[in-house]
Amino acid sequence: MTDIKAEIDVLPGLDSSARLLEVEGLHVEFRTQVGIARAINGVDLHLDPGETLAILGESGCGKSVTAQAIMGILDTPPGFVTGGAIRYRGVDLLKLPEEQRRRVRANHVAMIFQDALSALNPVFPVGWQIAELFRVHRGMSRQDARKRSIELLDLVKIPAARQRINDYPHQFSGGMRQRVMIAMALALDPKVLIADEPTTALDVTVQAQIMNLLAELRRERNMGLILITHDMGVVADVADRISVMYAGKVVEEAPVLDIYARPAHPYTKALLESIPRLDLKGQQLNVIKGLPPNLTRIPAGCPFHPRCAYARDVCRADPSPPQYEVDPARTARCHFWTEVVGDEPAVK
Amino acid sequence: MLVSKDLDMFRYFVRRVLQGVLTFFGATFIVYALMFANQDDPLQALAGERPLPENVRQALTERYHLDDPFILQYGHYMRGLLTGDFGISLTNRPISEMMQQAWPVTIRLAVFAIIISALVAVTAGIVSGIRRGGIFDTTTLIITLVLLSLPIVVLAPLAQLLFGVQLHWFPATAGAEPGFYQLILPAVVLSCLVIATQIRVTRASVAENLRSDYVRTARAKGLANRRVIGVHVLRNSLIPVVTLIGVDLGNLMAGAIVTEGVFNIPGVGFNLFRGIRTEDGPLVVGFVSILVIVFLVVNLVVDLLYAVLDPRIRYE
Repeated sequence: MTDIKAEIDVLPGLDSSARLLEVEGLHVEFRTQVGIARAINGVDLHLDPGETLAILGESGCGKSVTAQAIMGILDTPPGFVTGGAIRYRGVDLLKLPEEQRRRVRANHVAMIFQDALSALNPVFPVGWQIAELFRVHRGMSRQDARKRSIELLDLVKIPAARQRINDYPHQFSGGMRQRVMIAMALALDPKVLIADEPTTALDVTVQAQIMNLLAELRRERNMGLILITHDMGVVADVADRISVMYAGKVVEEAPVLDIYARPAHPYTKALLESIPRLDLKGQQLNVIKGLPPNLTRIPAGCPFHPRCAYARDVCRADPSPPQYEVDPARTARCHFWTEVVGDEPAVK
Repeated sequence: MLVSKDLDMFRYFVRRVLQGVLTFFGATFIVYALMFANQDDPLQALAGERPLPENVRQALTERYHLDDPFILQYGHYMRGLLTGDFGISLTNRPISEMMQQAWPVTIRLAVFAIIISALVAVTAGIVSGIRRGGIFDTTTLIITLVLLSLPIVVLAPLAQLLFGVQLHWFPATAGAEPGFYQLILPAVVLSCLVIATQIRVTRASVAENLRSDYVRTARAKGLANRRVIGVHVLRNSLIPVVTLIGVDLGNLMAGAIVTEGVFNIPGVGFNLFRGIRTEDGPLVVGFVSILVIVFLVVNLVVDLLYAVLDPRIRYE
């Protein structure tokens, strides 16, 4: 099995000493009838084996679009990657011909989606949908592929995998369906797994089970995991680093503990303050006033300035704040990050 | 789980068959009543312009129970029908014999038309569903609009005139024992009756499925575009199309009445048309009874097929 994989996995220029995944200056725009929506405006990310990177932000901040751009499954048109590089072990995926790009998916970089019910094909049994990967990418026979599918369902702890292999997605519970999605994503042993809001559609108890399963599998396989979420509570336990996105930019990037203790960007700070907390029961919840900007008309300067308590004249004019180095492991795009970090965080 | 689903399916099947029996009796009763109400003097219609001798009239009246009250006549007729005796047409031919000639011709024509329309509609529907707003899509849209607005009573003679009489590509009429070649033009005309709707439904279905999340998953699985569309999208898109094709079989039977008339094909429609004109009650009711059965069976098959195509459907 590993031999076949090694053979198929060969990508021109693949350098095992290069970084697992590196996104640099990514730009994505959507050309719609009402104008050009600039969804991603220079995103930088990186990921190492065995690491969990959480991408955090409100709906429409570009976190899912970033994931789709990395996977190469943007709907084109209207979505276009207009700049930047996505390097996987040194290979720029954006420059690969489509046929090779296609082989990167599932083999090297895999993805799971928010709503497993709609993300799985309703008219095929789950076993068939997993086995399809082995048959298409590995040329396995139906029987062998089926055997591997059962193993995978066992791996993600679906009870009675052998009996359930012929069931259809609608016959599974929400949590079990997400496990099927995970099994499918892991089938070809990818090195990077992107999970786009994997637990948003699930009950809280099931959420924890799925997050634990993902963490466990990442550890066992030494995968890099990109976890996309809008829920700061979910990431605290599992993420190593957090990238906070706003209006298509990473506004703050930091190790998880630092960000919770001392956020360096007003947006991160506001997000933290908007988490309901038991010890503050009965008090007014701090919500972020206003809406995220319309991506066809992103305000000049720092895109967050209309909603920002720290905003001054310099924030309202171009150029937008550069990436300031808060310390060697963290960055923030705020002119007044020293002020933000110095402030008493979150609780007042 | 599986056993209970099969049992549900069986119960559903039995219930549908019983419903079908009721529908059958209801439909034949209505058709019989309509023919009865429509009857002026069927014997005179039979004789045409010539006067009918009194003794012949009497003999025929007795033979067809024309003096009995309506409900008795219906009773006589149904007794014959249920024992497999379709009776004798007013033209003095056994109706079962006429059916043996007519049905194979019409079935061939209808199946031919269904195949043509399904092949063209599914192909065109997929292509225009994928490239919405493209040249092909726009052209198809215009053609379907034209087809939708042309009734078959216009289309059939028009096609006959153009391709049969003027261009001589196809025979203008099909004749008594129509072969494959003779049936091409009538089948194409007949398929035009349903093809426009089928294209539209396929197109809408493909377009809708292309936007669904499972397509994104299929792409993320690294499947080639061909496989994403040919396997994942197609399998889902065809569910409503198959249903439509089943329902269309009924439309085609209705369309066959005109088409068979125009192209002189001695099928069911041809006989029905003549029967209605000559007030031939036994002939019309006999053919319609079989038509009703065909409808019922096709609808049942389509509904059962639906469950095979869409595993989410359960019968209760």
